[in-house]
Amino acid sequence: MEHVTAVPSWAMLAYLVSGVLFILALRGLSSPATSRAGNRYGMIGMTIAMVTTLVTHGIASLPEIAGAIAIGGGVGFVTARKIKMTDMPQLVAAFHSLVGLAAVLVGLAAYLNPQAFGIAGADGIIEPQSRIEMGLGIAIGAITFSGSIIAFLKLAGKMSGSPILLPGRHVLNLGTLIAILGLVAYFTQDQSQWVIATITVLSFIIGFLLIIPIGGADMPVVVSMLNSYSGWAAAAMGFTLHNTAMIITGALVGSSGAILSYIMCKAMNRGFLSVIAGGFGAEAAAGGGAAKEQRPWKRGSAEDAAYMMKEAENVIIIPGYGMAVSQAQHALREMGDVLKKEGVNVKYAIHPVAGRMPGHMNVLLAEANVPYDEVFELEDINSEFAQADVAFIIGANDVVNPAAKTDKSSPIYGMPVFDVDKAKTIFFVKRSMGGVGYAGVDNDVFYMDQTMMLLADAKKMVEDIVKALAH
Amino acid sequence: MDFISILSIFVMACFVGYYVVWSVTPALHTPLMAVTNAISSVIVVGALVASAAEGSAVSKWLGLGAVVLASVNIFGGFAVTERMLAMYKKKEKK
Repeated sequence: MEHVTAVPSWAMLAYLVSGVLFILALRGLSSPATSRAGNRYGMIGMTIAMVTTLVTHGIASLPEIAGAIAIGGGVGFVTARKIKMTDMPQLVAAFHSLVGLAAVLVGLAAYLNPQAFGIAGADGIIEPQSRIEMGLGIAIGAITFSGSIIAFLKLAGKMSGSPILLPGRHVLNLGTLIAILGLVAYFTQDQSQWVIATITVLSFIIGFLLIIPIGGADMPVVVSMLNSYSGWAAAAMGFTLHNTAMIITGALVGSSGAILSYIMCKAMNRGFLSVIAGGFGAEAAAGGGAAKEQRPWKRGSAEDAAYMMKEAENVIIIPGYGMAVSQAQHALREMGDVLKKEGVNVKYAIHPVAGRMPGHMNVLLAEANVPYDEVFELEDINSEFAQADVAFIIGANDVVNPAAKTDKSSPIYGMPVFDVDKAKTIFFVKRSMGGVGYAGVDNDVFYMDQTMMLLADAKKMVEDIVKALAH
Repeated sequence: MDFISILSIFVMACFVGYYVVWSVTPALHTPLMAVTNAISSVIVVGALVASAAEGSAVSKWLGLGAVVLASVNIFGGFAVTERMLAMYKKKEKK
């Protein structure tokens, strides 16, 4: 009976240490000041886990393993260096898909060679409990993989962001999920290849089906949710391998993704189930076009904006996804710098769902060298709009829509929004009057007395304002 | 290790995760996702076990494939997090 790969106790201790280092890595993110040290802890933890595994297992195939790490590591490192900050959401989605696929491959490898993982006797019969863990790990991994691929395609604009609604999709999805769970249960009785193969294929399919009906605006929730799944997949594999580092990490990542999904849903006043069911934005966009009435609005110029902001005491800038699309963050910081020199108090206000992933706007502003202590969250700054002379909205729309506070029939009713209507003057940078936000609803702010619309590409407009400020 | 001890570690870790993640500042939510991505690639441990083991050639190659994928994530995830975190600066004191 040499099959049981007994892990020496020092190795168990090492895995525990790496698990603790991962906890410290997340703990470091509680403030930008401690975050970099946290990231280092994460790297050390990963190194400990990998070295421990290599030392405690036969290293007969070290050259191949070193080659695999070098190839993967090289690709990852170069991608991380080159990626534009605006493309971060799709990069994260792509990374999630890799974790998912890796989980599937590890699960299948464990199925084919269970003795190596210490989960089967010499006769090759896998322990029933390990079969459940393996089956679930493969299923969650496969869902993470195919779901993340769809999320990636939607975020990268390689696929339409609008929801794709299949007829009878709820029945179809539920049926497939039940079939997968049923097969995992049956797998404990019969470890034939067809069972594990069907689980894998069905899980890949359900991953696609679950994400295609979800529209672009709900992508922050989807990305967070897939983040959570990749964690649960790692945890399931940790159960199979009896590995503490994997279990701790899986639980951390799983809860992290779940909490982020919760925060995003709350910031949109949507139920998690309604996001997952998908289709948001499809109905409103279809019905809204005809009913829209013509209302008067005022058009402003870069000079107007420059003049008003130079004279102002307090300016609050509200960036949204449109700023990311037009890469206006650097020009915006330049504008902020000029205004600050003129003695204006400039602050940035960020809504939790601005952009395509949690914290997206903060990263872009940080990239443009905006100090993080000038950037404020919704609840910290919302009371200051009453004292603001200018609210400068750039590439945001739904997050400043007062209908969320007043119009019970609006699809975004109940969503917490910025009280921009309390500001003395509003500048609204937008490409054209025609477009509406992702929720497909009209915005009263466009037509308010104190609002001036600045219709142009965001980056171009901000650059013009900077030029006008110089005069 | 028996199932109950493993389950206990898992449940405790879920609670730790819950409290640690709530303390993360919203400004760092994108780096949080990038770093959780990197650490969830600790699944590489399973991939290494499969690649190192003898007995099944298919299993070994599946393992090596998983090592490549997980390494993309580990190196990419930590590097991109490092890059983002380096950008967060405080206001310069005048």
